[in-house]
Parts: sequence; C-alpha cells; structure tokens
Amino acid sequence: MTATATNAATAPDARKAGRFVFGASIVLLCAWVLVPIYFLLINTLSSPESVNSFPKSAWPEFDLGSLTFFANFQGILQAMKNSVLVAALTMALSIGIGAPAGYALSRFDFPGKAAFRLLVLMTRAFPLPLLALPLAVLFIRTGLDDTVLGLALVHTTLAVPFAVLITFSLFSGIPVELEEAAWTLGCTRFTAFTKVVLPLILPGIVASAIFAFVISWNEVFAAAVLTIENRTLTAFLLQNLDTSPIHLKFAGGFILVMPALIFIFAVRKYLFAMWGIANR
Amino acid sequence: MAEIRIKNVAKTFGSYQALQSIDLTIADQEFMVLLGASGCGKTTLLRIVAGLETASQGEVWIGNRRVDGLPPRERGIAMVFQNYAVFPHLTVFENIGFGLRMQKEPQAEVKRRVERTAGLMHIDHLLKRYSGELSGGQRQRVAVARALAMEPDVILMDEPLSNLDALLRLEMRAELKGVLAESRTTAIYVTHDQVEAMSLADRIAVMHEGRIVQAATPIEVYRNPAARFVAGFIGNPPMNFLPAAPAGGGNWTVAGQSFAGPSADRRKLDFAIRPEDLRPADRGITATAKVVEPLGAHLLVTCDVDGAQFRAVLDSDMVVRPGDRLTLAPLPDRIRWFDPETTEAVA
Repeated sequence: MTATATNAATAPDARKAGRFVFGASIVLLCAWVLVPIYFLLINTLSSPESVNSFPKSAWPEFDLGSLTFFANFQGILQAMKNSVLVAALTMALSIGIGAPAGYALSRFDFPGKAAFRLLVLMTRAFPLPLLALPLAVLFIRTGLDDTVLGLALVHTTLAVPFAVLITFSLFSGIPVELEEAAWTLGCTRFTAFTKVVLPLILPGIVASAIFAFVISWNEVFAAAVLTIENRTLTAFLLQNLDTSPIHLKFAGGFILVMPALIFIFAVRKYLFAMWGIANR
Repeated sequence: MAEIRIKNVAKTFGSYQALQSIDLTIADQEFMVLLGASGCGKTTLLRIVAGLETASQGEVWIGNRRVDGLPPRERGIAMVFQNYAVFPHLTVFENIGFGLRMQKEPQAEVKRRVERTAGLMHIDHLLKRYSGELSGGQRQRVAVARALAMEPDVILMDEPLSNLDALLRLEMRAELKGVLAESRTTAIYVTHDQVEAMSLADRIAVMHEGRIVQAATPIEVYRNPAARFVAGFIGNPPMNFLPAAPAGGGNWTVAGQSFAGPSADRRKLDFAIRPEDLRPADRGITATAKVVEPLGAHLLVTCDVDGAQFRAVLDSDMVVRPGDRLTLAPLPDRIRWFDPETTEAVA
C-alpha cells in the first residue's frame, strides 16, 4: 500500500492488516518457543556423527546413539537419581508447608494478611548468588552441604511462594459454606477438610506439587554451588559443559526439558488459577 | 423437646456492634422467622445459634443444654444455606446421607432415611445425580432433605429461597411449610422477604440495627406494630404516617380532622393508618391524588396530604385521575399512634 492510497484505506483493509499482524505475531511467538525444542529433538534422536556434522538435517533419524551414549556416560544415572530425589523431596516439603499457608490465607483474617501475601513473593526477590556464599557456609557448618536434603530445602524456599499462592487461590475457589455445612452435619474441622475440601482440591494440589517438582528439577545455580559429589543432573551437565561432546549436551538438554514440558502442559489449567484467571 | 433460649446475646465485629443484647425464646416446634433488611444482624444471630459464629456475650440454650461453647456438630442442629452448599463431589444420595454417615448409622438406616426424606422433597428420582446436573430448585430440595435426614431438634435456614426465581419460590414456600410442620422440629428462618415471613411464621422477630424490635405473630406484627420502624417495614405499601396535634379530651387533630386517640399527655404524636384501611366517604382526610396505579385486584392511589405522602388502596372499580381531590375516612379501630421521639407505639 502506497502513501497516496492511505486516504482510500477503508475499515476492512485496516482490519485485514490487523489480522495479518496478529497472525504473524502468533506464528513468531510459537516459533520462538517451538523451534529450539524441535532442534533439540532432532539432535537428540540423531546419531553422534550427524549431530557433529554440518549441515543439519531437518528431520530426526530416530537413531538412539546419542541417548545411549548419554545413559552410559559416567555419573549421569547417579545425577538423575539425585535430581529425582531432590525434586520429590522439594515437592513434598513445599506442599506440606505451602498448602496449610494457602488455607490459612483463604479462610482466616489475621493482622498483616496482605503484607504476608506480598512478603511470600518477596522471597523470590533475593538473587540466589547473593545468598549462595552465606548458605554454603551455613550448610557446611550444619553438615547439610552436599546432601539431597540440604538442596531440597533451598529448592523448597524457591517453590513455596508458588505453592502458597496456587493453593490459596484453589482454597478460595471452594465456598466456605461447604465446610460450614459439613460442620453442622457432624464433622470436625479436620474431617470436614478431609471429606469435603480435600476431594475437591486434590487435582489442584497435584498440579501445585508437580510445579514444585519442575522448579527443583530445572534449578541449576543452588545445585551447582551446594553440591560436589551428589550433583543433580542440571549441575552435572553444567560442570561437564566444557569437556562433554556436543551430542551429550543435546541428549542431556532433552532429558531435562521433557519432564518439565510434559508436566507444565498437564497442569496448565491450575497455573492460570494462580494468577486469578478463572480456569476452564 | 427443643426450646431455644437466646439470653442477652451481643456480637461486635471490631468496633461495629452487629447485635446488641438479644433476648428471644423460641418454643418447641415453633417456626420463628427473623425478618429485617440486610445488615440488621439476622444472619449473625442465626449463625451464633448454629455455632458458626461466636457471640461476644450472652448464652444460647437448646433444650436443656447450654450450647454456646459447643461446636456446631454437638448442638443438635441442621442448617440450610442460602447458596445450598450441596457437596459437588458427592451424589444426591451421598449428600443427603452425609450427616448420617458421619454418625456411623448402619447402611440400611442411611438408605431408609435418605429415601424417606428424598421422597418428602420429591427428589427420589435424582439420587444418583451430582450437584452440577441439578437445577437451582433441585439443589435447594437436596439441601433441605439433607437437613431433614438428620432428624435434628432444630433446623436453621438462612434465606433458603432467595436464590430461586419468583414462581419456584412460591411453590417451595408452600412445600417447606408443609414438610416442616410435619417434621415437628423447631425452626429458625432468616429472610428479608416480608411475604415469606408472613406466610411461614408462627412468630416473626422483626430486627433493626442489631435489635429485635418486635417478636409476635404475623397478624399482630401487621396490625399492631410495636414501633414506627415495623409499621413502615411490614406491608406493601407500608403504613401512612401523619403528624397529629392534641385537641384536648383524648382527641387529636390530623390534617384538619379530629380523631379519638390516646389520652397521653404529649405535645405531638404520629397518626398511622394502613392504605387498605381507608374508605372514600363524605367526612375524612382530604387528599389530592398524584399517581394512580391500577393493579388489577385494586387501585393504588398515591396522594398528597398537607405535603406528606399518603397512599390509599381503593376498589378497582373507582375512577380516580391525578389531581382529583379525595375524602378518605380511616377505619376507626385500625388507627395506630406512635411517639415521634421514641418511635414506639402509644396505646
């Protein structure tokens, strides 16, 4: 469209252009996320030789050479096991701490409630590198350094704000009258919770737990600083970044990304709930 | 036997006084309606009886037990909530049987009582459904059936019909009255709807700003309001009020006319009459018609008497036009008098 034609530009033209920009933005954003994942996939499913050669093929060869190499790499399986252990422990701890806090926030009025909600998020405002040195010193003193529990505690600190906010929003979605009705029908506070609230909230709790798992699974900085022998997968790959062959990096990246992607996709509905967007 | 006695109960939320010193006794098997505008404290009072709210002071007795320190489950009550509170993860059967299961009743007894109350509320065909598959009216029936299945001493209802549409409300109202009369439980029913209150109650407690202004039978509340607030709140349209000046010998001058009234030694009183207790006559209060509303059954005429608003419900055959001057005679035994300062009725 030329400058002279601007006057003649009618509403339908403008709408058409708008739709084009809208569509193009969507394609661009999707590509932004999907293209790297696709290359990761291709290179993981190709033989080590073709991963190291150039040009790259646009299609995977479905060769398990890279993955086999990854699995046989010294220390990888131990690192994976550590990652799973730390993530599972983080999941249990952050739900154990976060869900009661979420319940309290949604059901009780107490002084400083609004401030507490904000402060919960503020824990994420401290950059981990700032805390790393004092933490490492503290951990060495208490003997928590280089242990699964020690790292899980740090990851729990990172995951708890989200656990609190997600469960707060889930509990708030359950009318308090349901609990009150249960109390009048013979329940104690505890049985009303287990018989009425818990069944209704369970899918959301699972989602929140999985989110905590993913946070821990993906975390690299604290893992790299606070462990030496008992490396998690992220820390292990980071440590071997310089020395490991390129196909190992691709396979490792793939193994790291997949659980996170699958989990997040599975629980996406509940993550929206955290931001107050009505689910379904 | 479940008489409810509320003794000197008060409730404050922070600096806000929601209830001030409530005394009320509800007889065994009586249907008591707490009536008032929103924010008058009626729901708070009900929740204190239920045990969902703790009173700041005072005592609550159900039967021969003092219950205000007990949790809801130990008070022998069942409650119906405004938004029904039907458990979404359970079937209708399990909802109605929930309380019985908590009491560890044997399966056969649970089944018998669920089926009996479901039959009573005409929901026996819905027992396998979930709450999401029910209409508002059906959910309301489940909530009532769930309360009745407990066979409680006391049933508490918090505006149970206010979320239903008008036609359904009428139907449920009549049904509720029949079912509750048969169940022989003591009932407290909270509503802001005066028609609901009049039609259901054995006695109405009219509440205003955290106090009970009058607790009496519906017809007594209607005919002999204890305070000007009750007179203006009950009845649609509400009572008319006109200022009255003493004319000596127990007579009072109202809008230029003399009426026999209380012989009290007061400088002024408020004269009150219900709109339907006015008749067109040769002698009476002179009123200028402002708005004429033909309502089918009768004619509602809003008039002006010495600058005050004055309504009359007249026969629908009468022809009245805005601007017409009417002479309206009040039925002598229906005239009521109120003290303008204390707002209380004067005999």
